[in-house]
Amino acid sequence: MSQQDPTPTSRRPIHAGRVGLLLLVLAVLLVPVPTSHTPRTHHITIDASQFEYSPSRLAINQGDTVHVTLASSDVVHGFFLDGYEIEHRVEPGISQEFTFVADRTGKFHYRCSVTCGPLHPFMIGELVVGPNELVWRASGLAIIAVGAMLAGARQRRSV
Amino acid sequence: MLLSRAFQPVSMLLLLVPYTLAVTAGLLGTSAGNRNFGIVFVWIVWWAVLMVLLVPGLGRAWCTVCPIPAPGEWMQRRGIIGGVVKLRGMGLRWPRRFRNMWVQNAGFLIMALFSTVILTRPSVSAAVIVGLTGVAVGMSLLFEKRTFCKYVCPVGGFIGLYSMVAPIELRVRDAQVCVEHRSKDCITGNENGYGCPWMVYPGKLGRNLDCGLCTECLKTCTMDNVVINLRRPGADLAQPVPGKRIDEAFKALIMLACSIIYPAVLFGPWATIKEWAAIDSFGGWLIYAVGFLTATVVVVPGLYWLAVARGHRRSSSNLTVRRAFNEYSHALIPLGLAAWIAFSVGFALTNGSYALAAISDPLGWGWNLFGTRDVAWTPYLSGAMPFIQAAILVSGLFFSLRTSLKVGLRRDPSGATTVQTTTPIAAFLLAATLILLWMYLG
Ligand code: SF4
Ligand SMILES: [Cu+2]
Repeated sequence: MSQQDPTPTSRRPIHAGRVGLLLLVLAVLLVPVPTSHTPRTHHITIDASQFEYSPSRLAINQGDTVHVTLASSDVVHGFFLDGYEIEHRVEPGISQEFTFVADRTGKFHYRCSVTCGPLHPFMIGELVVGPNELVWRASGLAIIAVGAMLAGARQRRSV
Repeated sequence: MLLSRAFQPVSMLLLLVPYTLAVTAGLLGTSAGNRNFGIVFVWIVWWAVLMVLLVPGLGRAWCTVCPIPAPGEWMQRRGIIGGVVKLRGMGLRWPRRFRNMWVQNAGFLIMALFSTVILTRPSVSAAVIVGLTGVAVGMSLLFEKRTFCKYVCPVGGFIGLYSMVAPIELRVRDAQVCVEHRSKDCITGNENGYGCPWMVYPGKLGRNLDCGLCTECLKTCTMDNVVINLRRPGADLAQPVPGKRIDEAFKALIMLACSIIYPAVLFGPWATIKEWAAIDSFGGWLIYAVGFLTATVVVVPGLYWLAVARGHRRSSSNLTVRRAFNEYSHALIPLGLAAWIAFSVGFALTNGSYALAAISDPLGWGWNLFGTRDVAWTPYLSGAMPFIQAAILVSGLFFSLRTSLKVGLRRDPSGATTVQTTTPIAAFLLAATLILLWMYLG
């Protein structure tokens, strides 16, 4: 990930290196991710039981419509979707249905919102709405940090 | 305020109030953890305040006010504020071979093996707190001063380690004044305060890890030589790790490993692992325990060792690999702390609203002391959380990389081999960061 050649003669390369680094960081943070995806509708049945959701991980795409049938197979549970702040309560034997459009991308946990036993706060599933830009951008930043740091150290030595 | 003899004992007394409430609620209250003051105030509120605010901001400040050693310390002193100068109790010295972090490492790992149960069962949580206090009292009777805090407390170990990141420090103004000062009241104590309960000689204090911030030497020093400084965050990390000991390096590695394992187990979508960790069956827990110990004691330290050894081979340094293992361990600290902050911020903001209900109904018996019993559970900032966590983790990596370069430069001031020796460490740090990022966000 080195973005500059260590030219040990003048101060200019350092300057150019900084500008290059800044541009690279901005690119990683801001360049839009092209998507060519036609929205579709998912019919998903989520079963809640102590202390898990099944399925425990869902992957869809931005713009998709999600029709959820929420059921419980033991005690009263809840369903709270981080980021979307959708909340439902489900009693055993009486399923709940709701629909939402996945307009925000990223990973969102869904968690139980009705105290249902010792592990209740950790009754968690995850919904990934693609394209999951945040994790790629953050990973890109991490890689650039390593590259820039090592390149900087190399340059400091050669100047 | 810090100069008053009452400062520390009064702070401890004040904290004994929520401490007693938490223990009582844990023992008598509802078994639903998230409705019990004992769980909510210890593992949501205290933990978050500790890891997100106190340790990164004020270092060992928790150790200043912690109520756990209070009863034992007051027994040694035969008083709460300004008791006898000559301490009571047997005053034994802690065996030399344990004057390091190994007991704390072991204690932390043992607690970590049961952490899911401790975190979710109020009575177990209360028993652990009472048990720690009991050990602290017993050790105060047998051993000198704060031997328990310094060498045994499993919490004190990582607070000390991560306190080196904090932007404050207690130090002497001029070490030469200490050398020339014959009576060394900071060690012996005098009418203004006790001799250092943490068995530290301020004149040689170099890292926050060793200082319990009890503030006694601020009172006892007759030369007005002890001060609390604001400083560049993480200044201690540029200091060499003393001696050949690798206990501190192991502490840093164990904490980094746990900062990955905890969120995977507790926040991940794998219910089976949660059940193992919660000891639903002994067999399941055994699998978890073996996996946990292998990861924390063998795999993560082993990979780090390989990274250090690989860099070492290309360096001109004539120090041993063991020594390099030790020195570079400071680079694990910012990332480890960042990972714990990311974990704690997520847990606290998601579950913080339970505190409002628990304060009105601490035992879960239906009381409504402050009218907040029925406040609904609401995660705070759930949409912003991934961005917050990403920023914390990437910053942690950044500071860890800087530390690794500084260590590399210190080992080889010419800088000729810094890049070669540090690259494998940087790769290790990057790998840990990417695992964390993908676990939280991916
Ligand atoms: S009493 Fe003050 S000057 Fe004397 S040794 Fe202790 S810290 Fe230094
Ligand atoms: Cu539930």
